[in-house]
Amino acid sequence: MLNGEGLWFRYGAKLPWVVRDRTLSIAPGEVIGLMAPSGHGKTTLGKLLAGYLTPTQGQITLDDQLLPSQGYCPVQLVFQNPELSVNPRWRIDQILREGYVPRPHYLKALGIHPGWMTRYPHELSGGELQRVAIARILNPNTRYLIADEMTAMLDANTQALIWQVVLDFARDHNMGLMVISHDKSLLGQLCQGQVIPC
Amino acid sequence: MTTPVFVALPIQRLHSNRRQRTFWGITLCVLFLLVIILSPWVMGDAGLSPVLPQRNQPPSLAHAFGTDWIGRDMLSRSLHGMSLSLRIGLLAATMSALIGTGLGLAAGTLGGWVDAVITWIIDVFFSLPHLVLLILIAFAVGGGTTGVIIAVAFTHWTSLARVIRAETLQVNSSDYVKLSHRFGRSPLWIASHHMVPHIIPQLLVGLILLFPHAILHEAALSFIGIGLSPHIPAIGIILAESMRHLSTGYWWLGVMPGVLLLLSVKAFDWLGENVRALLDPKTSQG
Repeated sequence: MLNGEGLWFRYGAKLPWVVRDRTLSIAPGEVIGLMAPSGHGKTTLGKLLAGYLTPTQGQITLDDQLLPSQGYCPVQLVFQNPELSVNPRWRIDQILREGYVPRPHYLKALGIHPGWMTRYPHELSGGELQRVAIARILNPNTRYLIADEMTAMLDANTQALIWQVVLDFARDHNMGLMVISHDKSLLGQLCQGQVIPC
Repeated sequence: MTTPVFVALPIQRLHSNRRQRTFWGITLCVLFLLVIILSPWVMGDAGLSPVLPQRNQPPSLAHAFGTDWIGRDMLSRSLHGMSLSLRIGLLAATMSALIGTGLGLAAGTLGGWVDAVITWIIDVFFSLPHLVLLILIAFAVGGGTTGVIIAVAFTHWTSLARVIRAETLQVNSSDYVKLSHRFGRSPLWIASHHMVPHIIPQLLVGLILLFPHAILHEAALSFIGIGLSPHIPAIGIILAESMRHLSTGYWWLGVMPGVLLLLSVKAFDWLGENVRALLDPKTSQG
């Protein structure tokens, strides 16, 4: 169970609160949607849950323990812009293996072509790169996945492909999934009504 | 699956051609500069002694760069001078690059007041006229070869330090470094795998592009008389001497060493551009 209790966050002592008194929890295998218009702190909340930011007040617990600060974090975040989440001077092969050696099965399911391995990130399109970014976190160590507008900039076909693979993985590995989006129909499809407004 | 291979072939050939051209460019520049640096040992000091009957001869087959007013061969003088200038430039530029990288990395990673102090020092160095600072430092440490090296080393690190600082800050705050932390990678691993691939090309290209600056400023200091002592055949001294003879029609005394200096500086410039092209993923494979 991933719990966020009484979360408050702001980016500076004199800046306005971005996240105000939020409490939420994700159970293993659960798919939760988080919907709000732009600027309502969706991404910030996602970053808090994945340990990228430390809440000003409140705490994040994973099975009643604080998130580990060392080692592979069981809560992983997939960013909206894949171009920013890969090192431009690394080849795709190295990017995929950074956290865990991905299973060939998932590479195939995501349509990651073996010929991409020796390429640099700028030689792939945004959708291709996002598939790489997703493939590298689809491993048994990831128990909760925060998908922050993961497919917002992709076409419908790629969106369907990616979500199919991610949902299959979540079901097979009992992974909790939080989908951050402002696409109502997408959340309706994915989350079976479990959508919380932010 | 055989068709895509055939389709891919011409494209791959094109890529390797461009890569090969870059390699050739680098090899040619390095070879040219090595020849100049090593030339004094190959030629010996023969051309440096005065041969009075052969005074003031224009460029010919026997003396490609002509001879000066006491009959010394200008080609061997120029090569001796250029070799010395290159070696001094190499040393000064390397020192400068080390200072720049160290301070840039410190400013970028430590942040806070360290960053503020280093940025302030960089701004101070930038706001002072370059040549004035060079003269001051060279004068303060007593001039001569050491003076030139120290002066050039301490005035040329600023731009590289700024570039390295910016690169460090940018990589450190990037999503992929934060993600690497969440993948359980140690700060040391991140430094060597994420930072180094960004810093090394900047350092290498910065260093190579520092040489021409160092050489030109060494020549400038010697030209105005506070650099190397007058009996050493440095390129700046040769050029300074030639000034007195230009008006009397002995154009080769200034033009020929000048062209050699120009070619050497251009070779470094070209080397830097080619190394940059080779190291940047955007141009390294097509």
